[in-house]
Amino acid sequence: MSELLIRNGFVFDPLQGIKGDRMDIGVKDGKIVETSALASPKTIDAAGMTVMAGGVDIHSHVVGPKVNVGRLFRPEDKLFKSPLKRCSRMEMGFSVPSTFKTGYDYARMGYVFVNEAAMPPLHSPHVHEEIRDTPIIDNAAMPVFGNNWFTLEYLKNNEIENNAAYTAWLLRATRGFGIKVVNPGGSEAWGWGLNCVNIHDPVPYFDITPAEIVKGLIETNEHLGLPHSVHLHANNLGNPGNYVDTLESLKLAEGYAPKNDFGREQVLHLTHLQFHSYGGDSWGNFESRSKDVMDYVNTHDNITVDMGQVTLDETTTMTADGPFEHHLCSLNHLKWANVDVELETAAGVVPYIYSPKIKVCTIQWAVGLEIALYAKDPMRTFVTTDHPNAGPFTRYPQVIAWLMSRAARDATMKTFKWLDKTIDATSIDSIDRELGLYEIAQMTRAGPAKALGVTNTYGGLAPGMDADIAVYALNPEDMPSDPAAIEKAFARCALLVKDGIVTVQNGEVVAEPAKRTVWVDVKVPENAQVQRDIYEHFLRHYSVKLDNYSLFEEHLHNPRVIEVDATE
Amino acid sequence: MKTVTLTLTNPSELLLEGQNITPDNFAGKKAAEIAALDVWEGKQKSPLGKYFTVEGDGGATAAETKIVLRGDCTRVKRIGQQMTAGEIVIDGNADMYIGGWMKGGKIHVKGNVDSFCGIGMEGGELIVDGNAGSHLGSSPRGEWRGMKGGLIRVAGDVGNDTATFINGGTIVIGGDADIHVSTHGEGGIVVVKGNAKGRVGGQMVKGDIYVYGTIENPLPGFSMVGEVEQEVDGETARFAHYIGDLGERHPTSKGKTVYANIYTRI
Repeated sequence: MSELLIRNGFVFDPLQGIKGDRMDIGVKDGKIVETSALASPKTIDAAGMTVMAGGVDIHSHVVGPKVNVGRLFRPEDKLFKSPLKRCSRMEMGFSVPSTFKTGYDYARMGYVFVNEAAMPPLHSPHVHEEIRDTPIIDNAAMPVFGNNWFTLEYLKNNEIENNAAYTAWLLRATRGFGIKVVNPGGSEAWGWGLNCVNIHDPVPYFDITPAEIVKGLIETNEHLGLPHSVHLHANNLGNPGNYVDTLESLKLAEGYAPKNDFGREQVLHLTHLQFHSYGGDSWGNFESRSKDVMDYVNTHDNITVDMGQVTLDETTTMTADGPFEHHLCSLNHLKWANVDVELETAAGVVPYIYSPKIKVCTIQWAVGLEIALYAKDPMRTFVTTDHPNAGPFTRYPQVIAWLMSRAARDATMKTFKWLDKTIDATSIDSIDRELGLYEIAQMTRAGPAKALGVTNTYGGLAPGMDADIAVYALNPEDMPSDPAAIEKAFARCALLVKDGIVTVQNGEVVAEPAKRTVWVDVKVPENAQVQRDIYEHFLRHYSVKLDNYSLFEEHLHNPRVIEVDATE
Repeated sequence: MKTVTLTLTNPSELLLEGQNITPDNFAGKKAAEIAALDVWEGKQKSPLGKYFTVEGDGGATAAETKIVLRGDCTRVKRIGQQMTAGEIVIDGNADMYIGGWMKGGKIHVKGNVDSFCGIGMEGGELIVDGNAGSHLGSSPRGEWRGMKGGLIRVAGDVGNDTATFINGGTIVIGGDADIHVSTHGEGGIVVVKGNAKGRVGGQMVKGDIYVYGTIENPLPGFSMVGEVEQEVDGETARFAHYIGDLGERHPTSKGKTVYANIYTRI
């Protein structure tokens, strides 16, 4: 019986529409309760401070084989950047931190749930082993489907029900959370040294287009009624002029309505939109087209997006978009790691330096912020850095400061070598909008939780939800004029309660409550054909036996199962 | 300039991590304060004074501080790591990482050093009267931005992987070099006054290597373009001039392709 009473804070809970009211929050046995239900709680004074639900990250590469490749092939990322032991385990690395540092740093920022953005199904045991080793934060992981041979074959024949049965099987086999699509068709084409550069470019051999893959997966997702929607990393990432492809990808969601029991209202989440909102036809006339893309997003309710904000750091890019990483390596000539995952996906890793001295990088910086600042509905636009691709997640506080303060943006822009050209190629200088704490709460917890379909447990402070509460030393009635103070407050929360346990105090980790693995178990009708297909593919094509493929129970750490019944 | 003399009177059982032995850390400190600085033996942290007797106070700044190490420092690592100014004299041998990431000042080792000395160097001077181990003036593991500046001078022989990813600065080796010299080099000068074993200049795109003796196994990626007379380290001699590594991508400057150069003495 542990009870807490967090008193007198300014509470921001967009899920309940609470906009900075002075309230008390009661905690009993790891859940939020009405304060009247408390008998003799330990009282924590939050007067003059901001109280929000624990943060929810919808897209971050924190666990799994490609993250580990990044750790292995970038020892220089750890050099002189490994603070001496502060918590119970070793913290090291900057752009690809150790599992322990990942957990502690998220907790210090007041985050409690992180969705791993891409899990190669064959390597799901590795993903789950790293989830176990990442302390404090709850994790989910999305297996990648967009280049999977089963998916490509079923969708080519328009067999949505079979694809749904296979999807349900794979989610169970990998203990996955939802449908991730990375460069649909393109990573498979990479096996032939090719790519799918637009959504109508057919995949070699399979003769299906990326557009058909995405539409088929949206239908599959809504057929199953999963908590999260299709989570798309669109084709032609990172190239000048790709906003045209992005708009075409977004239009694929037209005509589809969400069907689920989890309060999710979108059918398509387009991730790291910053990398997909470029105009021009070369690096010379590279420009922002965020306005065009956000005009579309703002007028279509069945879409959510996240930023993928460039933070102007030296970082490590890693994605299942194999051809893109090769392309990037040929641009910056640094080291490159590449992997093909049989029948399923590919991956690449390349270090990248986003420099304020390079025009393209500073334009990218502006594009990300424009996306968030043009957003009409902060419940559908989320803060991410596509960690570690556009920058490490530890820069979220800085991203929040940029969003909340024009002065913070101006101060950063002063460091740009090509400031005038950056201003000409973007509209960042004409935007005066400064977001408030309520909008930040929407973009960092309520919104992502709703898009992930987990608002019964995460992202809010209503009685019955998990007692995940972050308190920041910011007084909404007396906000600091110095944006550095905002950044500091969000970087080291004054208090984090996770599952009712005081986990962070004054920015220091003081406890490590049990973390969870969140996964989705879908019941589907028995499907003999899909079972036979799976058996046949493993017999003929996989290098592992079917019996050894599915995750063994011992790999799964402290599961929280979300059950979905799709048998009707 | 004030001199601090450290005498190793109580040698450690394990290797000693001495990254705090720099003029930067000693500056402005009295002898007793210097003796209280941390060193690590394995994972155990102890004060410097446990192993060394400390005589003399540090100068006001690093530039005004000279450190003299006496006794057998064969198993003391990281002396002068990241130093920016001042002077260190090591009376005998020293272990690995001597002068690693140094930015300025001078280190003079009167004996031999082990591997990784002068790694990631940006400036200053590292003088070794004896031999050096492997990875002399090389880039740290994984790092593609190697030695940026400064001077390393080794009177004797060196091990393998000298000057990997060298970007600037000069390394002069009095004796022989083992395999891999200036691998991935993008600038700087390496002079081998003895013989080189092989794989000299592999994947090098820019910079110069001089070999006075012979290269036992020259790389096929280098092509001879002529003979030149050059002044190297104060003396003039004739060299056969090779360019390469022709298998690599090379930068262009003023419309001309830039190659790495290997000069072997005729």
